Amino acid sequence: MMPRDPLQQALDGTAGGAPAQPARRGFLQEVAALGGLVLAAGLPGVAAADDEPKKYGADGMPHGWVDSPLVYVAITPDGTVAIVCHRSEMGQGVRTGLPMIVADELDADWKHVRVVQAPGDEERYGNQDTDGSRSTRHWFMPMRRCGAAARMMLESAAAARWGVPVSEVQARLHKVVHVRSGRTLSYGALAKAAAALPVPARDTLRLKTPDQFRYIGKGKTTLVDAQDIVHGRASYGYDTRLPGQLYAVMARPPVYGGKLRSHDASAALKVPGVLKVVTIDGMPAPPVFHPLGGVAVIATNTWAAIQGRKALVLDWEGGPNADYDSAAFRASLEQSARAAGPVVRQDGDYAAAAAGAARTLSAEYYIPHLAHASMEPPAAVARIKDGKCEVWGCFQSPQAARDNVAKRLELAPADVTVHVTLLGGGFGRKSKPDFGVEAALLSRAMDGRPVKVSWTRDDDLQHDYLHTVSVERLEAAVNEHGLPVGWLHRTVAPTILSTFNPTAEQEFPVELGMGVINVPFAIPAVRIENPPAKAHTRIGWFRSVSNIPHAFAVQSFVNELAVAAGRDAKDYLLDVIGPARKVSPELLSDHWNHGESPERYPVDTGRLRAVIERVASEAGWGRKLPPGHGLGIAAHYSFVTYVATIVEVAVDSKGVLSIPRVDIAVDCGAVINPDRVRSQMEGAAVMGIGAATLGEITFREGRVEQDNFHNYQVTRIEGAPRQTHVHIIGGDYADPLGGVGEPGVPPILPALCNAIFAATGKRIRSLPIRDQLAT
Amino acid sequence: MITLNINGHPHPVDLPEDTPLLWALRDALGMTGTKYGCGVALCGACTVHVDGAPARACITTLATVAGKHITTIEGVDADPVGRKVQQAWVANNVPQCGYCQAGQIMSATALLRHNPHPDDQAIDTAMSGNICRCGTYGRIRSAIHQAAGMQEPQS
Ligand code: FES
Ligand code: FES
Repeated sequence: MMPRDPLQQALDGTAGGAPAQPARRGFLQEVAALGGLVLAAGLPGVAAADDEPKKYGADGMPHGWVDSPLVYVAITPDGTVAIVCHRSEMGQGVRTGLPMIVADELDADWKHVRVVQAPGDEERYGNQDTDGSRSTRHWFMPMRRCGAAARMMLESAAAARWGVPVSEVQARLHKVVHVRSGRTLSYGALAKAAAALPVPARDTLRLKTPDQFRYIGKGKTTLVDAQDIVHGRASYGYDTRLPGQLYAVMARPPVYGGKLRSHDASAALKVPGVLKVVTIDGMPAPPVFHPLGGVAVIATNTWAAIQGRKALVLDWEGGPNADYDSAAFRASLEQSARAAGPVVRQDGDYAAAAAGAARTLSAEYYIPHLAHASMEPPAAVARIKDGKCEVWGCFQSPQAARDNVAKRLELAPADVTVHVTLLGGGFGRKSKPDFGVEAALLSRAMDGRPVKVSWTRDDDLQHDYLHTVSVERLEAAVNEHGLPVGWLHRTVAPTILSTFNPTAEQEFPVELGMGVINVPFAIPAVRIENPPAKAHTRIGWFRSVSNIPHAFAVQSFVNELAVAAGRDAKDYLLDVIGPARKVSPELLSDHWNHGESPERYPVDTGRLRAVIERVASEAGWGRKLPPGHGLGIAAHYSFVTYVATIVEVAVDSKGVLSIPRVDIAVDCGAVINPDRVRSQMEGAAVMGIGAATLGEITFREGRVEQDNFHNYQVTRIEGAPRQTHVHIIGGDYADPLGGVGEPGVPPILPALCNAIFAATGKRIRSLPIRDQLAT
Repeated sequence: MITLNINGHPHPVDLPEDTPLLWALRDALGMTGTKYGCGVALCGACTVHVDGAPARACITTLATVAGKHITTIEGVDADPVGRKVQQAWVANNVPQCGYCQAGQIMSATALLRHNPHPDDQAIDTAMSGNICRCGTYGRIRSAIHQAAGMQEPQS
């Protein structure tokens, strides 16, 4: 049997995605022994929202959303509440956050909640892509409805048992109470009867009012995986172990698009533990989510496979990207940025504004390719039995893994099951399930035996779907007060679209809508151009994506204009944003708007101003600083969330940079789990600092030059801010939510560089900073 | 056949003696709490204790640890200091993805055993070899300070 429903799997004791995880398996066996998850057992799922208008937000995502408790909630007779998490946990806290929403509406006792990870099955669970800072923003309401519906079913069951009107009973922390008589029935005792009742119609659901929330917004819920993590029991893709499993590592083409000319495996096969060497075919461009192909060494353990790979003799043909060279490519991007390109937004007449201006200023900014470098490199295990394939791995988009494995193995998607493990970081890399397809192909090559493919760190850095490389050129025409009356921004960067369409050379609406066209400044003449740029490697999305180069350029340039005008940087930034107003993204030529409705999610300059004012007052903007210290400010709107950041730097006489303090004000609307909002902002600060100070992937002769943490450096503890203060604005639970996982990153880089300018007078326009401050 | 003494128990392992301890733990013994992050002693994800001192399992061969006392994340709670560190980690909600945290906890435990009240400078020095790509460093510092100030935990 190939179980697909994790609640059903729980009955069989096979769920959890990670067979090597004793703690979780223990729970599931216990559940199975108790006779199952009765609320879910044997009942068909209710229809998803197919009959409703689907356009924006969760409605606009493939497979939309599902809010049925029959899919998401199960209660055992002993009162254990199992809640399905259908999104991938990669550190953002989603396995705590989404189930917590259900538990709150259900009025379940968190102590008795168990989280069950869903396999990739979007028809059943709704959209599972864990990216775009959308999980909580899209699923807050569906998860509330799941919990509320389950609660009302339990109340109805209790009322029926007592023969009293349902209006006289009330769910209260894992029990239903008959208010007049004080009688109680536990959730466990009611589970079976409740499961037989119809799911209440959506419009009859009684949701809690925010003052009734037990967990939402309280920040008192411990992380569901915390104990497993600190005891070494948490199971990631890299940790998956199946009985009889083999271990593989692969040698992949060093140049994207290159092919294997020949190979000699005889030495590799002599390495003790090596069983077999097989080749996997790559696919023609575009990269999509295909494996790169290459030579796999399959062994009895990972080390033997790594040693076997070292012993391979390989001859690669370079292919069309064999000349890719980062220095030359940068020069070509700069050249493109200095000539007019296709216009992607135009308000007023920039040329006329420039001609009539008191002066014009311009600057160019550069950010190189960045690698995700999640601490857990990609890894997956697959096995094939009776024409069905099961895959375990650290997938951000398990449905994509399922579809791609099915396609490559020529199976029906229904014959492929994708189990999602914990992810040791993702940052966008693990949205691309190429490694899952590799595992499936290798299992097939071993007659279906379970094979795990482990990416080593060098594989991860050399074959990433990299963050793009970009040159941003800005020009401003300023009036006699130094305020911009004209704004010209040329953005030049290979597009993510090239990963799906080999001829794509321009940024697509998703990238343009990340802080280049949708900048809501009070400037009458705006011209944004996007000259083409060709991709020579796999380009992917990296936490906060094109917001990184766009925000770095825009917020650095506004700071340069402030300096030129002799103004305070914060006051000047507020003046450039202009008065509080709600701007339709359509008016900014942004027809994407993070997939959200332009009416529900206008660009609100009042909220942008408010985070700036808040961070300035919290950080003590304008305070007296020790010599060598400086404060820098930046603000950015992304993933429908408003963030303003102040970085304090200290630069010593040798030019050594340290960061005493970072302040971040975030308005993501109402907050579900404040502690995880803070932790995401803290982490974003570190990741942004790493990108600004150290991160760079370079190519020479088509190959990535970096292969481990000595030459692709990331921030370590001594480079992290000494203090990070996160200031949450908060909001009304009835209003639309914003994203949290990504929007903290973009303002860090310009705030840091603006602070360096304040401290030293040195303007950083090219990242990483590395030793640019050395004296 | 080499016998390893891990968390107080003998574990025979049938692997060449130049195999790094990391892969013996993970692949041969199924103790996957010790993580791979770089394979060349640059990230700290694989940190274990050998006779009480922190060591990177990815570059520590079986030959060099035979007969020594190896402690991994799965066994660090047998040490009162390790237990304090684990409790402080949970109390501060330190982990994000959690992948680096086994190594962080092993390094922090070794630090506190050697220096029960480290200042920030000492923490940075001891923890510099442990990368956290999620950026939990601020909470790691706080949790170490908290563990340093904690009473012996109840077991
Ligand atoms: S895996 Fe051993 S230090 Fe990175
Ligand atoms: S918690 Fe994710 S790498 Fe440290």
